[in-house]
Amino acid sequence: MKPTDPAITWLEEKPLGLAERLYLPLFVGGLATTARHLVSPKVTVSYPEQRPTVGNPLIYRGVHRLNRDEEGRVKCVACFLCATACPAHCIDIVATESPWPDREKYPESFQIDELRCIFCGMCEEACPVDAIELTSLLDLTGKSREEMIFDKEKLLSVYDMTKDAEPMKSASLGGTL
Amino acid sequence: MNLLPSLPTIVALVKIGLLIGGLMTAAAYLVLVERWMAAWVQDRKGPNRVGIPLTKVRLFGLGQPLADGLKIILKEDFTPKHVDKVLYTAAPLVILAASLAIFAAIPFGSSLPPIPALGLTGEEPLLVAPGLDVGVLWVFALSSIAVYGVLLGGWASNNKYGFLGGLRSSAQLVAYEIPLGLGLLGVVLAAGSLKLDTIMNAQASTGVWYAFAQPLGFLVFLVAAFAEAARLPFDLPEAEQELVGGYHTEYSGIKLLLFLVAEFLHMVTAAFLIVIMFLGGWHLWGVTGSGPVETWTVALLRFGVLSAKILGVILFFMLVRWSWPRFRFDQLMNLAWKVMLPLGLVNLVAVAAIEEFRPQLVAAVGEGTAKAAAIAIPWVVFFVGWIAAGMLTPSGTDNTPIRTHGPLDIEHELVEV
Repeated sequence: MKPTDPAITWLEEKPLGLAERLYLPLFVGGLATTARHLVSPKVTVSYPEQRPTVGNPLIYRGVHRLNRDEEGRVKCVACFLCATACPAHCIDIVATESPWPDREKYPESFQIDELRCIFCGMCEEACPVDAIELTSLLDLTGKSREEMIFDKEKLLSVYDMTKDAEPMKSASLGGTL
Repeated sequence: MNLLPSLPTIVALVKIGLLIGGLMTAAAYLVLVERWMAAWVQDRKGPNRVGIPLTKVRLFGLGQPLADGLKIILKEDFTPKHVDKVLYTAAPLVILAASLAIFAAIPFGSSLPPIPALGLTGEEPLLVAPGLDVGVLWVFALSSIAVYGVLLGGWASNNKYGFLGGLRSSAQLVAYEIPLGLGLLGVVLAAGSLKLDTIMNAQASTGVWYAFAQPLGFLVFLVAAFAEAARLPFDLPEAEQELVGGYHTEYSGIKLLLFLVAEFLHMVTAAFLIVIMFLGGWHLWGVTGSGPVETWTVALLRFGVLSAKILGVILFFMLVRWSWPRFRFDQLMNLAWKVMLPLGLVNLVAVAAIEEFRPQLVAAVGEGTAKAAAIAIPWVVFFVGWIAAGMLTPSGTDNTPIRTHGPLDIEHELVEV
């Protein structure tokens, strides 16, 4: 494209007025801005003492939980859709025959390696029965790699911990929201 | 033979000890203040965690300088293979020694009242070298030596960024020495002395600070002092974004620490000079008095006023850092040679004329009117000078793109692709 191309609109810079040439508006403006910010409220969250506010806990992607149904059983039907969808391959399910008449399979073991998880939320989207969900818990720490592999009991306990603050999502699948 | 040092020696040594201890502590805490200011201006809270070690007491982060210092001292002091070892080691020592030696001639208070119990019968000036008649020259000579530290560091690093930093630094510091000197000359003319404590006494006895009597000189000196201290908006020697730190790119560990401390001392020196020469030093109307020091209250008051003013100027330095963008190098040179140098000369001429014709003025219109005129005329000079500089200087650069060119050279290459 040539500089003379008609598609280009050239904007003329305004010539500096006397005030600008004296440097005063720049001088005062710059100092006023910094002075205003010097005393304005700070946005820093002092983390361990002060919890950051999560905008909408229902769409936050934090630690996973395994939901329970009305009878307190794990909702998961061990269909492996979440494990298939997971791009980080962090979900490991061992399925076995279900002892209950309403489903064929249930997970004998359900492990999520939280260190491999990238918290993309695709497991949550893939789940046909809304058994796996991401909570708004954001401080996930541990002292060893083993500790960070969450098994079925741990994931169910996360549900017990968060079910009051964050209800299950879709009502059509037994959710309470 | 009497091996005990004489009383003046002991007094001088005590002063040196207090001064160096105070300056080093001040430099460490100014780093903390600088970080706080940076954080607050950016709507953050800044360092507020480190308090007393091994306890949970936080003290608003006042332990941070200790942690910073320990960190940088314990870091590896790495000397790259390609440097000139002697100069590389000498540079930080030269710059720090020069920055510290400057304070020999800078008063850090008024003076102490006589202490007969210790054998001090006269007033004891708060100044390491009270007998030095050329205090201002000493300060300027040593601040020029500090430039050697920057140059040596840049050259010895054998690194293109370091070299560019040193090069820029030498050009900038040499250019701004001149407006700095011109701003200073007006004060020296008016006070009739090169001793900094005499300059302060002159302002205290008349009650007119030189910032009011010579506004143009104050402006020139202030701008030049920012440039000499290499603070934003004149920090081209180090310009992190362009030069990776400039002349101290290749330095690490304790040698880098020496450079950084020297930089802060430059800022402290600049603040001292601004306050002492233009803002009345320890003088504050109706608080400190202007006569000799007789009681400890007056001595402490004057020390407090001087410290408060210096802290204020330093805070201004730090606030300015976040307020304005850095000058481009040609703009920097334009400002020095085409704006500040003429303005400094105009101020010098105005001050010289007023001092020369003051007796005639007093005889013609009386004492009070003459004093008012001696303040009013410089202000007129100030406004006229500033407006003239704004209208006449080539400070604006034409940044409009050239549109008369034919097809761009890259066009046929694009077609081939």
